[in-house]
Amino acid sequence: MDVLVCLKRVPLAGGTLILTPDARDIETKHLGFGISPHEENAVEAGVQLVEQMGGTLTLLTLGPSEAEEQLRSQLAIGATRAVLIETDGQEWDPQGTAAALVDAIKAEETKFDLIIFGAESADSAGYQIHIRMAHALALPIVTNVKSMKVENGRVTCDRVVANGRERYQAPLPAIVTVRDGLNIPRYPSVPGRMQARKKIVDMKKAEVRVPKLEKVTLALAPSKDKSAQILGKGADAVPALVDVLRQIGALR
Amino acid sequence: MSKLPTKAKCVVIGAGIVGNGMVYHLAKLGWKDIVQIDKGPLPNPGGSTGHASNFIFPVDHSKEMTAITAESMRQYREFGTFTQSGGIEVARTPERMQELARRITSAKSWGVEGARILTPAQVKELVPYIDEKIILGGYYQPTVGVVDSLRTGTLMREEAAQMGAAQSFANIEVVDISVANGRVTGVVTDQGTIEADYVVIATGCWSPKLAAMAGAHIPLTPAVHQMKDIGPVPFFAQTKGDIEWPIVRDMDVFMYERQHGTGLEIGSYAHRPILYTPEDIPSNATATLSPTEFAFTQADFDIQDEHSYELMPSIVGDENVREKYACNGILSYTPDGMPILGETPEVKGLWSVAAVWIKEGPGTSKSVAEWMVLGDSHIDLHASNIARFHEHQKAQFHIKSRVNESFNKTYGIVHPLEQYASNRNVRLSPFYELEKELGAVFYETAGWERPFWYESNKNLLAKFGDKVMPRTAEWESRWWSPIINAEHLQMRESAGIVDLSAFTIFDVTGPSALALVQRAALRQMDVAIGRVVYTPVLGPNGGFKSDLTIMRLDTNHFRVVTGGAHGMADKKWFKDLLPEDGSAQISDLTSSYTTIGLWGPKARQIIQSITTNDMNHEAFKFSTCKVIEIGPLRLLASRISYVGDLGWEFYIPIEQGARLWQMLWEAGRAHEMIPVGIGVYGTTGRLEKCYRAYGPELETEYTVIEAGMQSPKLKEADFIGKAAHIKHRSEKPVTMLCTLFVDDHRSSSGEKRYMMGNEPILTLDKQPIIDAHGRRSYVTSAGSAPSLGKHILMSYLPTQLAVAGNKFLVEYLGEHYPCSITEVGATSVFDPSNERIMA
Amino acid sequence: MILVLIDHDRGEIDPLSLRALTAAQKLDQDVQAVVIGGDGAILAGIAGEYGAKVLHVASHSEIGDYTPMASGRALKDLVAKLNPAAVLAAGSPRGNEQLAHLAAFLDIPMAAECSEITLGRPHNVLRARWAGNLIESALVHSQLLVATILSFSTEPQSLGGPVASVVQFEPALEPADSVVKILSRDAGESKGGVSLNDAKVIVSGGRGVGGPDGFGNLEELATLLGGTVGCSRVVTSSGWRPHAEQVGQTGTKVAPDLYIAAGISGAMQHIAGMKNSKTIVVINTDPEAPILRYADYAIIGDLHQVIPALTSAIRVAKG
Repeated sequence: MDVLVCLKRVPLAGGTLILTPDARDIETKHLGFGISPHEENAVEAGVQLVEQMGGTLTLLTLGPSEAEEQLRSQLAIGATRAVLIETDGQEWDPQGTAAALVDAIKAEETKFDLIIFGAESADSAGYQIHIRMAHALALPIVTNVKSMKVENGRVTCDRVVANGRERYQAPLPAIVTVRDGLNIPRYPSVPGRMQARKKIVDMKKAEVRVPKLEKVTLALAPSKDKSAQILGKGADAVPALVDVLRQIGALR
Repeated sequence: MSKLPTKAKCVVIGAGIVGNGMVYHLAKLGWKDIVQIDKGPLPNPGGSTGHASNFIFPVDHSKEMTAITAESMRQYREFGTFTQSGGIEVARTPERMQELARRITSAKSWGVEGARILTPAQVKELVPYIDEKIILGGYYQPTVGVVDSLRTGTLMREEAAQMGAAQSFANIEVVDISVANGRVTGVVTDQGTIEADYVVIATGCWSPKLAAMAGAHIPLTPAVHQMKDIGPVPFFAQTKGDIEWPIVRDMDVFMYERQHGTGLEIGSYAHRPILYTPEDIPSNATATLSPTEFAFTQADFDIQDEHSYELMPSIVGDENVREKYACNGILSYTPDGMPILGETPEVKGLWSVAAVWIKEGPGTSKSVAEWMVLGDSHIDLHASNIARFHEHQKAQFHIKSRVNESFNKTYGIVHPLEQYASNRNVRLSPFYELEKELGAVFYETAGWERPFWYESNKNLLAKFGDKVMPRTAEWESRWWSPIINAEHLQMRESAGIVDLSAFTIFDVTGPSALALVQRAALRQMDVAIGRVVYTPVLGPNGGFKSDLTIMRLDTNHFRVVTGGAHGMADKKWFKDLLPEDGSAQISDLTSSYTTIGLWGPKARQIIQSITTNDMNHEAFKFSTCKVIEIGPLRLLASRISYVGDLGWEFYIPIEQGARLWQMLWEAGRAHEMIPVGIGVYGTTGRLEKCYRAYGPELETEYTVIEAGMQSPKLKEADFIGKAAHIKHRSEKPVTMLCTLFVDDHRSSSGEKRYMMGNEPILTLDKQPIIDAHGRRSYVTSAGSAPSLGKHILMSYLPTQLAVAGNKFLVEYLGEHYPCSITEVGATSVFDPSNERIMA
Repeated sequence: MILVLIDHDRGEIDPLSLRALTAAQKLDQDVQAVVIGGDGAILAGIAGEYGAKVLHVASHSEIGDYTPMASGRALKDLVAKLNPAAVLAAGSPRGNEQLAHLAAFLDIPMAAECSEITLGRPHNVLRARWAGNLIESALVHSQLLVATILSFSTEPQSLGGPVASVVQFEPALEPADSVVKILSRDAGESKGGVSLNDAKVIVSGGRGVGGPDGFGNLEELATLLGGTVGCSRVVTSSGWRPHAEQVGQTGTKVAPDLYIAAGISGAMQHIAGMKNSKTIVVINTDPEAPILRYADYAIIGDLHQVIPALTSAIRVAKG
């Protein structure tokens, strides 16, 4: 079974974001980079599938050349190889991104049985790239999956909703987007890191497309400043806390 | 929490291990009305303390560092925050095995107990998860441990608060430090202004930014130390405590590994130097983790992964042992590797306690607090004194160049004479090009390039043969040449010309000039005009703060000449004595005058051949100075000697220096004069004469009496340290500075070995020697005495053992060599009656 | 005319859809609504009340329960017929998904999670990014605007309008459109299955808990409140609890209704993972612990006394 996981390099922001002077990006000078949280689950799912069923796990991303760092980290977890569509560091709009990813997938020799995404990126929250790709590749797609099983050429997925679980099924090849909680993503081991250094990362270029959803500027959302109300000291303060829990509806 | 006060005696900025230590120790020494602020939250405001690895190896080659570390460990123990784990430095190379033997030597010299060398099998016994096949051995220090620095800081803060001496405020950011008439007056914060008599900057890697607010300089740079936590390790599954296994330092790859809970923490000083500026450090709110925990850059750690895998394959190579956490932690690095402590030379009342690591925090805080409250610290901090920096050493270029060069030496094998390669040729004497032509090998001091010896004197090697005491062992041949000893011997035969441009020179002038120099100097300064006085400078406790030369040029005009390395600290010491009424002034003339030394039996003939002044013994007495003329030049000649031969120092405006050199050079030709390097001036010449040097022999811990330097009569005028000095004179000293000869240089392999200094002096049954005040005997200085064909060691020895002829052992790189006292006290072993100087 | 997708789960309207109706009103009085599947007669009342004049009901034999690609196809057909200026839906997982299918069918842009919309050429929107921490001002270059409305950015306003007139239509589905649909539902796992992400209440412990045994009390409290247990990094790195329970930058980022942090001083990376919780209660011995800056309520005291006392007090309160 050949699996593809799509990733995005994102800054690991702290408690507060700062914008660049032109207000078009967040200031990342002080920040580390990683991948979006749900994407760690996507890679873990891919690794587990290949461990169970054999085959390959390919990683695909679109981003600056520095995204190789994120790819290597995920290769260290057990992916087979990676493809990096290199940009000049500018953010691409969802349509452009989806088109470039589709082109890259079509150019691959491997026909992937399953393409996995994280449910959403940490930064842009566009909610559409995976769906555009499903259309372009004519593949069925199940989103926001919290558990997944591949059997007999089908993927069976559960989606957790407010009042329970919904079950979906799709024939392979298919696209699935997964959520945190699907599995416990493993972290790299040192031997994994050492192997990852030898794995292949294919660098590709893609044509820049005129954005249809065009970012103009960014602004910080107004923040809510809290100042804790001290309910008291020790166990004596418990009745006050019970009152609070009642007020906020935690006690019913 | 109460409101931020508007007034305080002292504001301590910073609540890491150092800031908390300062608050605590200032309170313990009796200060009240202390306000501590930090821009971050408590107990972990986000500085380097918060991510420190927290382990302590008690031995350093620096005595100062080791003493501070020992005091810190004592305090951590007292607070119950120290867990002893033991620690092993392992060696992969023979060079490192030798270095480990040297570590043991330092341990014995500085009084650190329990150090011993282990075989690979013994290392394996203590650390079963190590691959002993790749190591040659280890140095085991059982007293190594891990501390909880955050907890310690909290306890210190709480105790200071309980004493009613201090209040601490979190989340308050300093926006300015106000200064008036060169004195700090307070701190402006984002939540109000606090007037204060003293302000302490204990803000680690942010310190330069804070100092700049007051117009002062703390020359350090934030630098990255990478670490990675892996786990859970099955082997550690059963460990109950946080710390159960010895900490391992894999010295040859500049890494450490330590068990922490069920994890293994891997740290490195092997990666490329990654330097920042304080402005690069984010706020608590915007940081990914904490402000000083930058994102881990794996590419810089790739090789370290392999090295840790080699050493601990069963853990690091386990596919199921995974990275739990990794960061690029920010630490403070300085251009010379030492902390930055003391009152800033720029602003009175503004104190720096910066570039202090966890192992030094509590001890440093105590010492600096003593310095602030009592005027001096018990532990000598001269190597860390903030006043040591010359102007060029405050430049970002200098700081970055030196830290870039030295970062990977954090665990390196650093030779005691090792020179920096970066940012050289900063200060050049007027004779630099001439010296270069003569094949000068330049060493640096205070930015000056000084010839250590001249390759052009190589032909003298044949002349003197074995008298140059050639060395075969690589370690003591490194940064050394037998030419030094050849130059020495030739100077003793004819004469040598020495470049002394690196001297720091400052004039004290004005109606109160005499009063000022009297206050600083141990010796009588109310002397005739034209007298030159060599004098110790004492601290309040009667220990040494410096030794230097003062010339009285006129009634109200004194010229102070001191070494380059310590010159800036001396200048601050004198400046601090300036009267407020402006009746004395100090002007730095270091860059106005250059100095040339001329010594040797033929010195008089040489100088007399080109000057019209009478240079005869009676006309130009020893210890005097006067202006002489040499052709078109007028210059100040001073008849003193640091090498034990007749001669003069010549002070001349820098633009005329080259001409003077050339004239002396021409005149010296007929007399076999040679250029002589600092190797002779600073080592061989000095040691034969048993001249003490500030730093090695003369320091806060020792008295004038112990150094054998008391004058028969005590001057009447008051001076700093007088009361203590009078007390010392009335007591029988418990230790005496002695000169020893090495009696047999042959090692077990038969190779002759030569000590370099800082080795322990042991009894014949290899026991350490400790005086009545608990001080150990060690070699303060070591070097050749070519005129005597001996290798000289200087050491303080307990009075009852300080008897000429007494025999001891000196330990050097793991072996023991017999040595014996040849002289107790300051009498020279070469030309004891000073006939040559007084010729 | 603005077309609004009203999302429903087997006839039960997603209240967020009503906000989308209100948002649509601000752009144009002429608002029509569409539901995919479901009983139009029942839904027409509420659609009308919130301002929709017409309710289009897509019916097809393949559309029983939620079938997102079919929704996209139905919307596409309707857009072709009605030619609206914009299609809006709630910024919910379902709203975003169904409009993304529409945008993909038409190959036009979609702006998700908008808090403000100005129709024009191009359209101008403000949309939320970075989990609501950033607002992006963006231009949408297409004639038809496809956008979802940021949850809670607009209060739904009942206009008391008349029942919308219902227009049924059958979209021209292709076989691929209905391949993915809900096959079955269940109530999910009850206890033990509450993941950190889903929990409404999280009782989290840090270094102050002292060891693995101390978590028994926290579990009891969490169960009582219908929540789950979380912890800080030091707890997982000490091996006291599994990694899955770690809250923070290196663990899971959570935003429950109630977050109780016991014995957690509040390392930056922990804060980053829990600060979006609706109500934060801190139990800590240190009145200066950094986590207090993010707390709504705090008890200064030892969790080993406070937590058992709290547990029994809640038992009493619950009767």
